Amino acid sequence: MATEVATVELEERAKRAESRRGVLIGAPAFLYLILFFALPLLIVLVYSFASRSSTGATILGNWNLNSWIRVFDSQVAQIAWRSLWLASLTTVFCLVFGYPFAYWIATRSDRARGVLLILVMIPFWSNFLVRTYAIRFLMGVEGPVSIVSQALGGEPIRILFTNTAILIGMVYGYIPFMILPLYAALERMDWRLVEAARDLYAPGWTAFKKVTFPLSMPGVVAGSVLVFIPSLGAYVIPAILGGSNTVLLGDYIVSQFLSARNWPFGSALSTAVMIVMLAATIFYFRRGGRTL
Amino acid sequence: MAGGPAVELVNVTKRFGDVSAVDEVNLSVGDGEFFSLLGPSGCGKTTTLRLIAGFEYPTYGSLTIHGAEMGLLPPNERPVNTVFQSYALFPHMSVEDNVAFGLQMKKVASAEISERVGRVLDQVQLRHRATSRPSQLSGGQRQRIALARALVNEPEVLLLDEPLGALDLKLRQSMQVELKDLQARVGITFIYVTHDQEEALTMSDRIGVMDNGRLLQVGEPASIYEHPTSRFVAGFIGDINLIEAKVAGPDEVQLSSGRSLSISTRMAPGSSVTLALRPERLELYDPDEAIPDNHIRLPGKVSRKLYYGDAFYYDVEVGLEHPVEVKEENRPGVETYELGDQAVVCWDPSSTNVVKD
Amino acid sequence: MTESTTAGRWSERLLGANGWLLYLFLYVPIFVLIVFSFNDNQRVAVWTEFSFRWYGEMLDNDAVLRALRNTLIVAAVATTISTILGTVAALSMERYRFRGQRSADGLLYLPIIIPDVTMAVMMLLFFAQAINIASHVVRLNFGLGTISLAHIAFNIAYVAVVVRARLALMEPQLEEAAADLYASKWQAFRRVTLPLIMPGVAGGALLALTLSLDDVVVTSFVSGPGSTTLPVYVFGLVRRGVTPLINAVSVVMLVASIVLVGISLGLQRRSGKTSPLIE
Repeated sequence: MATEVATVELEERAKRAESRRGVLIGAPAFLYLILFFALPLLIVLVYSFASRSSTGATILGNWNLNSWIRVFDSQVAQIAWRSLWLASLTTVFCLVFGYPFAYWIATRSDRARGVLLILVMIPFWSNFLVRTYAIRFLMGVEGPVSIVSQALGGEPIRILFTNTAILIGMVYGYIPFMILPLYAALERMDWRLVEAARDLYAPGWTAFKKVTFPLSMPGVVAGSVLVFIPSLGAYVIPAILGGSNTVLLGDYIVSQFLSARNWPFGSALSTAVMIVMLAATIFYFRRGGRTL
Repeated sequence: MAGGPAVELVNVTKRFGDVSAVDEVNLSVGDGEFFSLLGPSGCGKTTTLRLIAGFEYPTYGSLTIHGAEMGLLPPNERPVNTVFQSYALFPHMSVEDNVAFGLQMKKVASAEISERVGRVLDQVQLRHRATSRPSQLSGGQRQRIALARALVNEPEVLLLDEPLGALDLKLRQSMQVELKDLQARVGITFIYVTHDQEEALTMSDRIGVMDNGRLLQVGEPASIYEHPTSRFVAGFIGDINLIEAKVAGPDEVQLSSGRSLSISTRMAPGSSVTLALRPERLELYDPDEAIPDNHIRLPGKVSRKLYYGDAFYYDVEVGLEHPVEVKEENRPGVETYELGDQAVVCWDPSSTNVVKD
Repeated sequence: MTESTTAGRWSERLLGANGWLLYLFLYVPIFVLIVFSFNDNQRVAVWTEFSFRWYGEMLDNDAVLRALRNTLIVAAVATTISTILGTVAALSMERYRFRGQRSADGLLYLPIIIPDVTMAVMMLLFFAQAINIASHVVRLNFGLGTISLAHIAFNIAYVAVVVRARLALMEPQLEEAAADLYASKWQAFRRVTLPLIMPGVAGGALLALTLSLDDVVVTSFVSGPGSTTLPVYVFGLVRRGVTPLINAVSVVMLVASIVLVGISLGLQRRSGKTSPLIE
């Protein structure tokens, strides 16, 4: 008969062996991420305190807070505000059109749902650049819509290179990211609760407001995060659809590394943007969601 | 096989943090026995089963199977197989691959595997579904395959974790009979976990009642039912009347209504006891009827009458906090009573159970 | 869901209209693009006649072909390695408990949350430093290697999320049942766990492949001369203006990605699971 101490030790040893095995199995991945993700993150942080020579080269010495001070500069604030505004509008539009869409699919028959979903998946999985280009093509002054409107006796359309174009492009690009989590949440929901609400005399809209919508909240949160975050840091869409006078965060950061050659400032900017997004994600999920 | 009982637990305890899920359990299960662990949810019966299977290790205590210490062996090294509550059939394998799995792991020759799998599938009458997937089977069929998958390995002990819980009543009842017959034929020791006391009573050779991690009483179904040794066991199995009383003398107890009953206890005067009386052991007599001398009697008034088809259940107010429930068979010769009738509740002294706590 | 839960008739009509309009919104640009890629005219939007001219030009264009080759190499390497690493990370997180798991969790979710510009900056600075330091010993350069390493870095997290979701869905008792039936840990993994998470692994691989093929910013920051990928190349062209050649290349990329989806859907239907969603 084993004594208590010996048995407890053995149980502990078994647990520790399990732990070790778990770490070993994941080690290749964790090590890779530490080397190629955590370390780069740190390097960017370090660079944000570095200084810049007159020729644009980075000096890893002469540590200072200049870049960070500049992050809170009014010019940056303007750009940040513009990006935030655009990202928020994008998220709202995606929600406004995406929620009814997801709800509609979720309330179709089983067979119809399968087909409708595939039809959403196709744009979702299609190449993102190509989709953006398609909108660019459509909206151009020499594009098909223009030709048509001119043929009808009107003006060529001049949406391209405006904020509106960017907004349309972002909604076009990101709305599948809103629809899919919303659909998943609505599909998973227990619809008998809505029936119960109806049984308790709630009219259709009230049942939706008080039962369906709150229950689909995890989907709303997930979808909003999946749209807001990329929209905030968007580079490709504004680059293709926006004008040179509208500077958004994504392009502003990129230019620090290409044209303006101010790597410390660019590092500070990207770190700041990342912190804001991290905070927003944590906040969103604490409020209304589950884990991704 | 070494000597010793099929399964023996000595002082086995399993703690999760501060909580003892299994608390100093001492248990001995004999070869070929159909032993049930019975108790409410969270009583530790499933944890005990998992300790025997090897999915948990005891915090301390000794666990032997046929005399060999197994407490800390991993599950794949124990001569024990489990039928899970959710069946845990491998969804991506056919029925015959599921059943053959254990034998394949033991590197049994494939000819022998085919033969044994075929035989056990015949035993559960599912040979014709050998190539189907679990998802194509009904609940009852899946249950039988889970059983087959465990049995084909001819384990020294078979563990069953509430295997019939997901089935509807009629199916459950027929499966209970089938399982009992199967066990008798195959002769393997079964340890069966359930919260359904009827199941335990009808199927088991012996029952172990658990509550809060402790094993309260072990015995044959009749002795557990008719002679519970604790309030919990008395109340958990079947209907019971629990009447508080104080010992007034060696042959006398006094109820809260002041009435005395001549019941012998071997306890000191002044101690509190509980009388545990099965409703079917109580009889109702008219106040002016002749009552056998030795019967203990409690006069009262009928306050409720329920008709169950095969029996009447009466609630009789006898001046205590709760009415006493009496079960009378519904057949000619047994008098029936109406609401408000005066009646005397009587019972033979041998039907009295005195329990502490 | 019964009749009583769907909205009234009026709202039904609105919902349906919203639905179909959205489909139009999503598909019209794509269709227009496809149609005009067959347009013979140099002036892109004026339709003259149907022709394969631009596809022919594309096949003759060295830069395009080189970019395509690079894209495929990087995609193949990045997808394979990130799928393996993402899967082991998922297994480690879902089936074991160890200290530092919360930090590991953070490490596995962060790449999904940060914007690609930040990722691009991180990779650029890291490789710049690494090449610098290594230059004392060996001459390294930005190129297909750095691109692949960067792609793997962000793909691991996505694969891990998908595989973890699949693992979480799997009944944990199945692994206990395997052990109960004498399987060692490795046998249980090979015969039970792995087959059951395969759809998740495949889904993760598909996601990694798509992200690799989609990526513009990160790749452009860490590529060197001669190591452009197709999306970066097209991006460069687009910024200079719309040409019919771009239309043709875009359509090819589009068809390729749709074919991939088709394959994945087909595979999933075979394995019995119908929902191709990430979450």
